[in-house]
This record gives sequence, C-alpha cells and structure tokens, in this order.
Amino acid sequence: MYVAVKGGEVAIDNAHSWMSEIRRGDTSIPNISLDQISEQLTLGVDRVMSEGSLYDKDLAALAIKQSRGDLIEAIFLLRAYRTTLTRFSYSKPVNTANMTCLRRISATFKDIPGGQKLGPTFDYTHRLLDFKLLAENEVPISPTKKYNDNKMPHVLSFLNQEDLMQDEKDNNLDPIDITREPISYPTSRSARLQALSRGDEGFLLGLAYSTQRGYARNHAFVGELRIGIVDIELYIPELGFEINVAEIILTECETVNQFQGSKIEPPQFTRGYGLVFGQTERKALAMALIDRALRWKELGEDYSGAPAQDEEFVISHCDNIQATGFLEHIKLPHYVDFQSELELIRKIRADAKVNMKR
Amino acid sequence: MIEKRKSWMSLLATSNQSDLLNLWEQKKIKVNYVWLRTPEIGSIMAQGRMGVTGDKFNIGEVTITRCSLKLNCGTIGHSYVQGRSKKKAEISALCDALMQTKMSKEINKNIIIPLEKIKKDNKDKILSKAEATKVDFFTLVRGESD
Repeated sequence: MYVAVKGGEVAIDNAHSWMSEIRRGDTSIPNISLDQISEQLTLGVDRVMSEGSLYDKDLAALAIKQSRGDLIEAIFLLRAYRTTLTRFSYSKPVNTANMTCLRRISATFKDIPGGQKLGPTFDYTHRLLDFKLLAENEVPISPTKKYNDNKMPHVLSFLNQEDLMQDEKDNNLDPIDITREPISYPTSRSARLQALSRGDEGFLLGLAYSTQRGYARNHAFVGELRIGIVDIELYIPELGFEINVAEIILTECETVNQFQGSKIEPPQFTRGYGLVFGQTERKALAMALIDRALRWKELGEDYSGAPAQDEEFVISHCDNIQATGFLEHIKLPHYVDFQSELELIRKIRADAKVNMKR
Repeated sequence: MIEKRKSWMSLLATSNQSDLLNLWEQKKIKVNYVWLRTPEIGSIMAQGRMGVTGDKFNIGEVTITRCSLKLNCGTIGHSYVQGRSKKKAEISALCDALMQTKMSKEINKNIIIPLEKIKKDNKDKILSKAEATKVDFFTLVRGESD
C-alpha cells in the first residue's frame, strides 16, 4: 500500500531546476535543435514513435531532447501526450505491397521480382568506429541508378501459390484495440500484434533470441524484410470518400517457419509477422519471431513451457511504460509500508529469541 | 470530380508543411471565409493486416489536424492533414475550397502542381538510391559435392 507523503516542494523544484540546467549541458556548446535530432538521430526518433505508439517526428524529437536522450523516458512522454489527443477515426489497413521501399531483402530466395535492395543499412559494415565522423561538415552523397518502376510483390506470396505457405485469410474480424479496452487472457492475435508493435525493443529482442536458442523451437527464416513509405488512407465522413491523410515509414518482416502438420493438415510453412513504425528492423524481426511462437495453440503445436509461448507473460511484460512505471515507483517514499514491515520483523525476532532461549 | 478532389486533398494532406506554406505565401492569395470547424489536432489509429493479407490489427496512432471552412461564395473546403500544424490545415482547406471555384486553375498551377513535383522528386530520389543498392547474390558450389 502506498501512503501519500507531504512536503519537499522546494527540494523537488530545485532538483528539477538542476536537472534542466544539466540537460542544457555546457553552454559554450550550441543548443541541440529538434531538426538536428529528427534528421540525425532518426533511428532513435523512430524507436520513440513506435514504442510511444504515435507517429509524429517533431514530438518524438522533442521528447528525446526533454528526456536527455533517455529513450524510455521519451516514450513515456509521447505516450502521455497521446492520451490527450481526440481519436478521429481508424485508417483503412495499410497496403504494404504498394510501399515505396528504401530497403527490401529476402533471406530465403535470392532472385525475386523487384530485386533485393539493401537500402541504408548497417549490415555488412565492419562495426569499426569511423573517425572520419569526427570531422565536421562532411556531406556524403550516395550514388543513384535508373530504376524500373515495377511492382514489388511480397516474396511469400509465391509460396502461397503452391500451397506451401499457410494462407493468411481475412475473416473480417474487428480487431481489439488495447488502447480502448484492457487485455484479458486468453487474448486474440490482433491484440498481441498491437502490443508487440509498441512493445519494448530490448524485451522483444531477448525473447526472440530465446526462441532461437531452443525455448519454443521455431527455426525462422526471414522470408522478407521491407522498409519504406506507405500511404495511410482514411474515410472522411463529411465527404463520403477516402483520402490519403498521411505518409509514414513502416518496417515489415515476414518469417517462414516450419510447421509439422497436424491431424487435419499436412505439413506446411507458417508465418510470423512484424509491422512497426519507422525504420526499426531489429524490432520488426523480433516481433515476427514472437508472433510465431505465440501462435502455438492456433496451430495445434505443443506447449513446451517456454516464456515466448506464454502470451500472458509476454504481453503483460513487453510494455516498457507499464514496466518502468511499476519498477520505478518503488523509489518513491514507502515510509509507512516499511515502518509496518520493520515493526513486524522486530516482533517476530523478539518472539523467536524467546523461543530459542526456551 | 471526386477522383480529382481525392487526389488534391491527399497531396495537401501529405505535403511538407513548409513547402505548402512557402507556395501559399508566395502567391499572396486574399480570400475571405468563415470557419465551419476551427483547426483541431487529434489522431487516427493506423491499421495493418496480419501476414499482409489476413485480419486487421492496430499498429499505432498518427497525428492529424482537421478543419472545415466556407468561402464567401458558399463553397466549402475541408482538410485532414498529417501532423499538428493548424496553419497547414487552414491552407489545405482553403486550397480544397478554391479548387472547386473559378480560381482552380491558379491554385492548381501555383500550388498543386509544384507540390506534385516535390512529391515525385522525393519518390524518385528514394527509388533511384534504393536501385543503386540492388544486389545480386550468387551461391557458391561447395567443394565437397564431388
């Protein structure tokens, strides 16, 4: 139980004032602008938007500045702001087949229509510190090449044609919205995907890694990973038609996993799915692995007791705002609670000592 | 008409705020109007499909600003635009209204077409940079096969 305390206002004000001063840092160094953050720390901004569950680059940059680069604190700020917004409506489902791709790769097929495009990636770099970046004002310009504006169909759709891949059917079910109704277990895949898409990257990474190491065996191939710009279509009631209201960057990952088959179905490949705001491929990949691990019941697989198969464990612990809120609140004064613990242990010890003397 | 209107409204909604403001201010268009709904900042929930083609699920929200206004001639303009700029929403709604009037040629020439070009150039840039990173992997035959 938490009992309120009073007092400390001046100390709190002074602490916050010092925090603001330290946030600004050495004043002989120029103040960092939001444009600098949103243009040069893009992947941090993307992480804050995805886990803050609100696509707005300016606000994410502001949150990063305000939180001194503590991304979980920044995500907290964005989530808090999000709750103040009027929800106008729901978009039409994004059509990722029409994505303007910055990056599109497949680890399962090398020759794919539309080609493999590495895009702006850290892959294949040597992970050596680049001291050239110490020099200021370097303006790198990357090459361009004439392109054919042909379609980039999803790689896994080719496996669908042979029926080797389980089809993902649209049953016209309304998705659960976890921002509108609390999750109860067992839950649906729609609620899980929403929770995972805004879940903590570190938590999802660790869990996804655990599935690769043998906790919920589901050896995954990356069927396709694509990053690019998609249109967000919205039905406008006052007009009676849809328009594109936004363009956002999404990262989409589809994994291919074996499925042993069941009494009623022959063996077939199945899919794990990840879809995340921004350029966030580690997260999208982890999301796909965990989505697949959590589908064991639907696919009639064995429950091996692995953490990544336990939806209540995964979903109720993947949200870093819930987690940090509960974890960090124990720093706040608990004097009354502790006082009762203290009195209890004194009494027990006194009784125990009397008994020991006997 | 609906297709054209969809197209310009989409373009205005997704345009860069400073591009739109610059183009609008350059033309110094004077127009009188009354608000039907003053600019309001809110959000929409973006949805995706499980495994690309399956059932819907919610990804996260996107900030949107909307407004509606009426020109003196009675023409109504609406806007739903990305981001939190009330100015962008206002100019977009004005353009939407003017595009339905005799001014449409002028707005089209000075605002819509330049915005289209900016959008096309951005897309071209991304696609041509991506094309330069197109890779041809080839698998090597392993020595132990014979």
